[in-house]
Amino acid sequence: MSFRATLKREVVLAWRRPAEIINPLFFFVMVVAMFPLGVSPKADLLSVIAPGVVWVAALLAVLLSVEGLFRNDFEAGALEQMLVAPTNLYVPCLAKIIAHWLLTGLPLVLVAPLLGYMLHLPEQASMTLFLGLLLGTPTLTAIGAIGVSLTVGVRSGGILLALLILPLYVPVLVFGAGAAAYAANGAPVEGLLAILAAMLLASLTLAPAAVAAGLRISNGG
Amino acid sequence: MACYTAAALKGTLVTELPLLETTDLYCERDDRVLFSALNWRAVDGEIWQVAGVNGAGKTTLMRILAGLHGFFDGEVRWPRWLAQQQDPRQHFLYLGHKAGLRDELTPLENIRWWTSLHGDTVDDAKIFPALACLGLAGYETVPCAQLSAGQKRRVALSLLWIMNKVVWLLDEPFTALDADGVTLIENRLREHAANGGLVIYSSHHRFDDAVRHVRLALGEVEVA
Repeated sequence: MSFRATLKREVVLAWRRPAEIINPLFFFVMVVAMFPLGVSPKADLLSVIAPGVVWVAALLAVLLSVEGLFRNDFEAGALEQMLVAPTNLYVPCLAKIIAHWLLTGLPLVLVAPLLGYMLHLPEQASMTLFLGLLLGTPTLTAIGAIGVSLTVGVRSGGILLALLILPLYVPVLVFGAGAAAYAANGAPVEGLLAILAAMLLASLTLAPAAVAAGLRISNGG
Repeated sequence: MACYTAAALKGTLVTELPLLETTDLYCERDDRVLFSALNWRAVDGEIWQVAGVNGAGKTTLMRILAGLHGFFDGEVRWPRWLAQQQDPRQHFLYLGHKAGLRDELTPLENIRWWTSLHGDTVDDAKIFPALACLGLAGYETVPCAQLSAGQKRRVALSLLWIMNKVVWLLDEPFTALDADGVTLIENRLREHAANGGLVIYSSHHRFDDAVRHVRLALGEVEVA
């Protein structure tokens, strides 16, 4: 019950404050758009770096947006209510992670093929890029949530969060960008996508427990 | 130390156990002792005021009781629920220092989420009269950002009418309230105690001679 209620609440909150959905999306598009300007507009070069560029930009956009996952609730005192409630904290934490991905991660996934096209990513790799991000970005959100739960009470915790979380993002980045690059070369990618799917399942089931523990620690044990 | 195992409790009625018992509670912050040797028993039907100067540790004590703050020595026990093997949090209503409301949401949405965390589905038919009783009729679907500090406090306090809990842990419940609001809440606290509930609130305001108090004075503790 608290799952549905929390999911619904998060959607309403995002609806009332649309900047939190739109900003990461713009950030993602802008960062990717910088590369042809800064590196080179040549199609053969861009098509090589495209998977990595899109993935790194998506990763940073997720990192940027996940930072606000608990901040407003912490400041308003609503987080305390989550912590004193008798229901298992795992449930609202899972709901918050899923809602956050639906509202900020999914839009990134949906525009990614377009950005791939902009960077001359070979057409046969478009689908893999999309699927990889579809499996990878929720993993990034779930892992990011663990870092946020630990830094929620810290002033200017943004840099600390990046230091904590970026190393943990590496496997997802390697397999995600790797899959798209493989697909661009016509190599089979099912194995890489399966590993991304496995990471998604593991992080989505385990992260909420870690987030719950992290929130208890950062709120005074 | 009192013992609450099944064997030791043989022949004792569960209702004879105190609701709250603390043993040698000790807490410090930044090398400053907030309170030490706090031995406190609270039973149903009592109203307790946690008093003390600013920075004396009132909020910290309230958070310890609510299970939010874990850095302390000594023990906090809820013997009755321990004996019944229940999670004491089921019986708490904790209202913190901050009102706990999100500005983007309306009072109705805030309260619905709040109660869902406690696993209750509260009928809107119960929320509307509670808000009306606190003078918030007509504000049910206005975002909380448009409410004044006192009105927000009233929204949070409406849970005293909505939720059915035994122990009320209220941190500075009278903050930002006007005189009418204070009287309203005082009466509600008396009513809850008369119905066998336990009220523990932190404030400088002692509204009744029957109110017992825990006074924190920089390391010294007075329970009376």
